[in-house]
Amino acid sequence: MTTTLQPPVTPAASAADGPPARSPRRVGFGSKLSAWDLKLSPYLYISPFFLLFIVTGLFPILYTGVISFMDWDQIRGSGTFVGFDQYAYVLSQPAFWDALRNTFSIFVLSTVPQLLLAVFIAAMLDQNIRAKTLWRMGVLVPYVMAPVAVALIFSNMFGDQYGIINTLLGRIGLPGVGWHSDAFASHIAIATMVNFRWTGYNTLILLAAMQAVPREYYEAATVDGAGKIRQFFSITLPSLKPTLIFVIITSTIGGLQIFDEPRMFDQSGTGGSDNQWLTISLYLYNLGWGEWNFGRAAALAWILFLIILAIGAVNLFISRSLVRDEGSRDGLSRAQRRAAARAAKQRLAESTGKVARS
Amino acid sequence: MNSRALRRTALIAAVASTSALVLAGCSGGGGTAAGGGDEEVTLTVATFNDFGYTDELLNAYTAEHPNVKIVHNRAAKSNDARANYFQKLGKSGLADIEAIEVDWLPEVMKYSDLLAPVPQDLQSRWLDWKVKAATDASGNLIGYGTDIGPEAICYRADLFEAAGLPSDPAEVAAALEGDWSTYFEMGDKYVAATGKPFFDSAGSVYQGMINQVEAAYENPDSGEITATTNPDVKKIYGMTLDAAKTQSAHFEQWSTDWYAGMANGAFATLSCPGWMLTQIEGNAPEVAGWKIADTFPNGGGNWGGSYLTVPGNGAHVAEAQALADWLTSPEQQVKFFQQAGTFPSQVDALKAPELLASTNAYFGDAPIGEIFTKRAEAVSVTPFKGEYYFQVNDAMQKALTRVESNTQDAQTSWDQWVSQVDAIG
Repeated sequence: MTTTLQPPVTPAASAADGPPARSPRRVGFGSKLSAWDLKLSPYLYISPFFLLFIVTGLFPILYTGVISFMDWDQIRGSGTFVGFDQYAYVLSQPAFWDALRNTFSIFVLSTVPQLLLAVFIAAMLDQNIRAKTLWRMGVLVPYVMAPVAVALIFSNMFGDQYGIINTLLGRIGLPGVGWHSDAFASHIAIATMVNFRWTGYNTLILLAAMQAVPREYYEAATVDGAGKIRQFFSITLPSLKPTLIFVIITSTIGGLQIFDEPRMFDQSGTGGSDNQWLTISLYLYNLGWGEWNFGRAAALAWILFLIILAIGAVNLFISRSLVRDEGSRDGLSRAQRRAAARAAKQRLAESTGKVARS
Repeated sequence: MNSRALRRTALIAAVASTSALVLAGCSGGGGTAAGGGDEEVTLTVATFNDFGYTDELLNAYTAEHPNVKIVHNRAAKSNDARANYFQKLGKSGLADIEAIEVDWLPEVMKYSDLLAPVPQDLQSRWLDWKVKAATDASGNLIGYGTDIGPEAICYRADLFEAAGLPSDPAEVAAALEGDWSTYFEMGDKYVAATGKPFFDSAGSVYQGMINQVEAAYENPDSGEITATTNPDVKKIYGMTLDAAKTQSAHFEQWSTDWYAGMANGAFATLSCPGWMLTQIEGNAPEVAGWKIADTFPNGGGNWGGSYLTVPGNGAHVAEAQALADWLTSPEQQVKFFQQAGTFPSQVDALKAPELLASTNAYFGDAPIGEIFTKRAEAVSVTPFKGEYYFQVNDAMQKALTRVESNTQDAQTSWDQWVSQVDAIG
C-alpha cells in the first residue's frame, strides 16, 4: 500500500493567498507564528523528556564525574581535587575484582537459565489451552512481589543451618551447602531469587512476540508434515530473534546493576565475609554509604558506567550480525542495499547522459 | 541535586521568609507576641531497634505539653538509621531528634558543629564516660545519652544442668568469676559433657573482649590506626578462634540462624547487655531455661548504647531539645528500661528504687535492675573509638566469620584483615 504525502496546508498559508482586504501586517505575523509552530512544535513536544533527562539524568552523571576526581565530603558538600587517585584506589582493591567476578557470575547464572525457561514457558502458553489469561497473568505474579519480600522468603530457604533446602538435603543424607560461605553457592542462591522474579516478565514479552508470528507459517509447516518441535526450532525461534535481543540487552543492564538480592542476602548486607556475593552496585553502596567516601563511590560509578557501555557495544555488535536480515523485504544487508542504490544511481546518470563519477 | 544550588535556594527562601515575618511583625503592630511556647509543634523522633518509646509513654509528654505532637519513626536496624543519618546530616530531612549508636558516634563527632549542643547544666546527669565520648574538641556535648550496655552472661539453666554444671544464677556467677580463660574452661567442660557448642559465635565473644581494651584500634592522641600492630588485638583474635573451634555454634550474629539458635538450644551462653534481653525473649518465647548470671569475664564490659542528637538546622530546635531532655531524664529512662531493657546511663536513674526493684519474669524473675546496676559499676574501661572504629571492627567481624564458616584459616583471614585495614583511611 502506498500513501501520497502532501505538504500540509496551513491556515496561515491559505490566508496569505486570500482576499487582499486583510491587513498584511496581521497576515505576516500569523504566517510567522505558524512557521514557528511548524518548526518549533515538534521540539516542544519532545522536550519534556529531554529537559527531565538533563535534570535527572545528565546532570547527576556529570556531577558524579566531578566528584570522582575529588576527596569529597558529602555532608559538608566540599572536597579537594585529587586527580585519578580515587580510580586508582578502586582498581587496586581486591574487593573490586571480587565484585566484578561475582557480578558476571550472578549475571550468567541468572540470565541464561532465565531466558531458556522463559522461552519454554512462553511456547507452552502459546498453545491452545483453557483459561489462557489466567495462566498468562499467573507467570507475572512473582514479578509483582517486592524484592525485599522475595529475599526474606528465600533467605529462609537458603539458611546455612536451619534453612529448608539444607534440612531437606540432610534428610536424604547429603551434607548441607554453605550458602553464605561458598561463593558459587551464594551466587546460585541469589540467581535463584533473580530468576524467580524476572522469568515471568520475560515470558510475557516473548509470548507477545510469539503471538505476532503469522499462523499461516505453522499451517504450511503442518501441511508439509513438520512436527511441533521442528516448528518451534524452524519458525518460532527465528522469528523471536529481535525480541530475544531486546530481552538480552535489558537483562544485561539489570544483571550488571544487581543490588537488592545480594544486599538482602544476609543481615549485614555488605556482600559476605569474604566478598562472596559482593556485586559492583553493592560495593558502590558500601563505599558511599558504609564508608562515607563519595569520591571513591563516584569513581566506581563511572567505572561501572564504562563497563556497561563496553558490554552494550558488544551486545550491539552481536545483535547487528544476528538481525542483519530483519526488517528488510529483500533479504539484503544494509551494505548490499547501499551498493545496489549506488549502482542504480550510476545507471540512471549514465542513461541521462551525464558523466558518471568514479 | 547540586547542594550549592540547594543551599542558595534555601538561603533565598530563608531571607524571603524572614523578611516576610519582619514585615508582618511591623505591619501587625500590637498583635500577639511572636514565639512563645504555645505554638502547635510536631516533633519527629527517629530511633532504631527498640528504645522502649511506646505511644503510651510518649503520650505522657503530650499530656504535659498539649501543643506538642510527637511522631515516632523506628528503623528496623541501626545500619539503616546510620545510612539515613549521614545522607541527610547538614542538609534537610532529618527528624527533630535523631538517635545514634555508640559505634558510629565517632563519625558523628566529625560533624559535631552541625548538631545542637546539650545545655551545660544537664551534663552532670550522665555517667562520666558517657558524656566524655560525645564531647567534641570545643567542649560541646552533642548527644543526650540514652542507654548503655553493661554486659552480663545469659545462659540456659536446663542445658547447664544436663551437662552437670551448676545451674543456679548465683552458682554460675561464682563459677564464672575470673577472666576469659575461666569462661572458656567452663566451655570445655560443657562441650565435653554434651558435645554441643557453648557460645553463639566468635564475633560476640570477641566483641566482649575487645570492649575491655582501652585503645584497641586507634591511637587516642593522634587518631592513627594501630589495630594491626596492637598485640592485644592479635591475642584476643587468637584466643577467640582457639576456643571457637570447639565451643562456637558458628552463627553469624543477627542472622536468621542465630535467632533460631536462641530457641533451639544451639548454644548455652550468650553475652548479654541489657538490650539483649528483649532479643532473647522475643526470639525464644517458648524456652523456659534462659537465666542471667550476674557476672562477666574479666570484670565489666559495655556493649553498645545510644544517644539522642538534635540536628542544628531543624525547624524546632528548642522544642526538640526540651523533648530530648525529657526523654533522657532519669525518671523516663527507668520506664524505658522496664519496657525494652535499655539500661539507663544517668547517675540518678541508677539509684532509682524502681530500677533496682525491677525483675524479669522470662528470665526466672531475675532482679535485672540490680544485676545490671552492678554490671554497670563493674565497667572500668572506656574503650577509645575513633573515626575508623566502625570500619575496622566491621572488617574484623568479617575476618572472624571467614574462619568460623571454614572459608579461610585463622592466619589467612588475619592477613586479609590487615590488608583491608591498611587500605582504610
